[in-house]
Amino acid sequence: MIFNKVLRAGVQAGRRFQSTGPQAGVRAAIAASREAHGGFSFELTDQQKEFQEVARKFAREEIVPAAPSYDRSGEYPFPLIKRAWELGLMNGHIPEDCGGMGLGIFDACLITEELAFGCTGVQTAIEANSLGQMPVIIAGNDAQKKKYLGRMTEEPLMCAYCVTEPGAGSDVAGIKTRAVKKGDEYVVNGQKMWITNGGKANWYFLLARTDPDPKCPASKAFTGFIVEADTPGVQPGRKELNMGQRSSDTRGITFEDVKIPKENVLIGEGAGFKIAMGAFDKTRPPVAAGATGLAQRALEEATKYALERKTFGKFIAEHQAVSFLLAEMAMKVELARMAYQRAAWEVDQGRRNTYYASIAKAFAGDIANQCAADAVQIFGGNGFNSEYPVEKLMRDAKIYQIYEGTAQIQRLIISREHLGKFKQ
Amino acid sequence: MHRSSEVKHLASDFNTRACECFGQPPVQPFESHCPVLTDRTVRVQLKVLKVKDGSVFFIRVKPDRTGVVTDGVKHSMNPFCEIAVEEAVKLKEKKLVKEVVAVSCGPQQVQETIRTALAMGADRGIHVEVSGKDYETLGPLQVSKIFAALAKKEQADLIILGKQAIDDDCNQTGQMTAALLDWPQGTFASEVTLEADKLKVVREIDGGLETIKINLPAVVTADLRLNTPRYATLPNIMKAKKKKITNVKPADLGVDVSSRLEVLKVDEPPQRQSGVKVETVHDLVEKLKEAGRI
Repeated sequence: MIFNKVLRAGVQAGRRFQSTGPQAGVRAAIAASREAHGGFSFELTDQQKEFQEVARKFAREEIVPAAPSYDRSGEYPFPLIKRAWELGLMNGHIPEDCGGMGLGIFDACLITEELAFGCTGVQTAIEANSLGQMPVIIAGNDAQKKKYLGRMTEEPLMCAYCVTEPGAGSDVAGIKTRAVKKGDEYVVNGQKMWITNGGKANWYFLLARTDPDPKCPASKAFTGFIVEADTPGVQPGRKELNMGQRSSDTRGITFEDVKIPKENVLIGEGAGFKIAMGAFDKTRPPVAAGATGLAQRALEEATKYALERKTFGKFIAEHQAVSFLLAEMAMKVELARMAYQRAAWEVDQGRRNTYYASIAKAFAGDIANQCAADAVQIFGGNGFNSEYPVEKLMRDAKIYQIYEGTAQIQRLIISREHLGKFKQ
Repeated sequence: MHRSSEVKHLASDFNTRACECFGQPPVQPFESHCPVLTDRTVRVQLKVLKVKDGSVFFIRVKPDRTGVVTDGVKHSMNPFCEIAVEEAVKLKEKKLVKEVVAVSCGPQQVQETIRTALAMGADRGIHVEVSGKDYETLGPLQVSKIFAALAKKEQADLIILGKQAIDDDCNQTGQMTAALLDWPQGTFASEVTLEADKLKVVREIDGGLETIKINLPAVVTADLRLNTPRYATLPNIMKAKKKKITNVKPADLGVDVSSRLEVLKVDEPPQRQSGVKVETVHDLVEKLKEAGRI
């Protein structure tokens, strides 16, 4: 009873602070509940629970039935995306003064996990919007925010994050796309690859090298731009046929003498690298949440099957070999969830969360693959077959160890952060 | 005094009256907790009922056989009440009603259900606090009394409820509320149209569809095909937080919620017996004859 009152007071306090941003509201609510719980709480606010309910309902009723056919055809799931947009499940990070809801990363993660449960292909298409918008949210000036974020809330538009190139993925500092200043414009030439939403985006966040001097440090050599997709010279390639998340649109994009007005530079020349990397701290927790959603789906499908299928006279769930597999899957899912929630909470508190975000992403990506493979194992021969839902999960899971920072890069980051802390 | 005798009179009369006037099936045992009251010119009141979630599969009878286990079982808005809320919000969007009020009777947790109704578009909520033992024995008669009292207090012109609750399937609250208020009722509605100051209701009955025209104020109970309830969108959920929910006690409305029913026992349905497999149709007919079934 008291807890409810305190939480409500916290949420009401959060409401009062809403206009100053979600972080203040979340902090107030957490401070209020902290009093009731001695400093630590796993409790969601009523609003978070309601958001989660809507996302869960939408995913289970609309995404799950439609996902297999989108996977087979590779068609872009625009009807689902439009529906998610109408329900307010997309673009949660956009600040309120641009027409968005100004949600914190934690709330966005809750929604992402539920959507990913339905289909990670659909969820990735939606998440790519957040990734593309994040540089503008953290580094855009008022005019840029109003223009490029505002339009996302007026109609269901997509955007994309253009950094990776055919020759440079993990090594962002090795990108070769050049932007040369000519009068009031920059002229961009280069090639990008593996751009999610590449063929559907209305605008891109582009990272290009503005300082040709090879000795120039990465922190000064790159610039972030906002590029309208219909600018002459922007040529999206063909839709790539990938192993999994096949409904998501991934393409190479060629930039040939693309002219970008100087108003579309984020912060200023040379500030690009930091912006691009800063966006990751906010987008890695949702990616980890997506991987957790996939793992949760694998666990639920496997559990349902194990309680129906019989062998040697009993349900396979009653054989320890299978129940132990399920137990380990459950362990991994719970821990991955706690990891991304911690990472999201840290950044919402206003603190640097690089350490936790990398841990969450690395762990969630790995366990998503393990759980998907274990689910196929539990389904046995049926699991290998396309009539059953788990083989899709296994194909979809692999990319979580690759995009948004490979598993190996995450380990680099974690070790660097960990040793850095130790040396202090 | 007067009230309870009045109610008793109504209750005993209810069967005949119901059957005569409205072609209703006989009254079934108690159910439902909160009707949606909707108001035509001023306010529409909705009833929102929190029931055990329809997708929960494993319901167990309590060891003392007085009911089913409800602890830890997920509760959500009664599906028919969702349809009622949707209808009320639709009427408001068509500018045919001015205000939609969502009402729910129960303990603290029903506030969540009211918030969902607010997020779907209701303007404000009323939480009638009933908890503990009273909540366990709360049945259609008590709820309809509460509703009748609220309708008078709020000057509602239209009450929309779900036709029945999916946990007890009573299908009584709407009818009883109308009787207590002496208002016309349009039950099992699959279509509701406002025409001047009359309500045209298409009802789903055993024989097909029946269309009736009733005066306002009236009570309508929503059936499955009335509409498809909308999702509460995230921006609406956030807006709903600013909407008011007032707390009221049954005593404030002059309603006695003590139950006149005593549950003697609750049993699970008998375990399904295993069947027998037969090879041919001939064998099947033989077996059925043996068992005296044909």
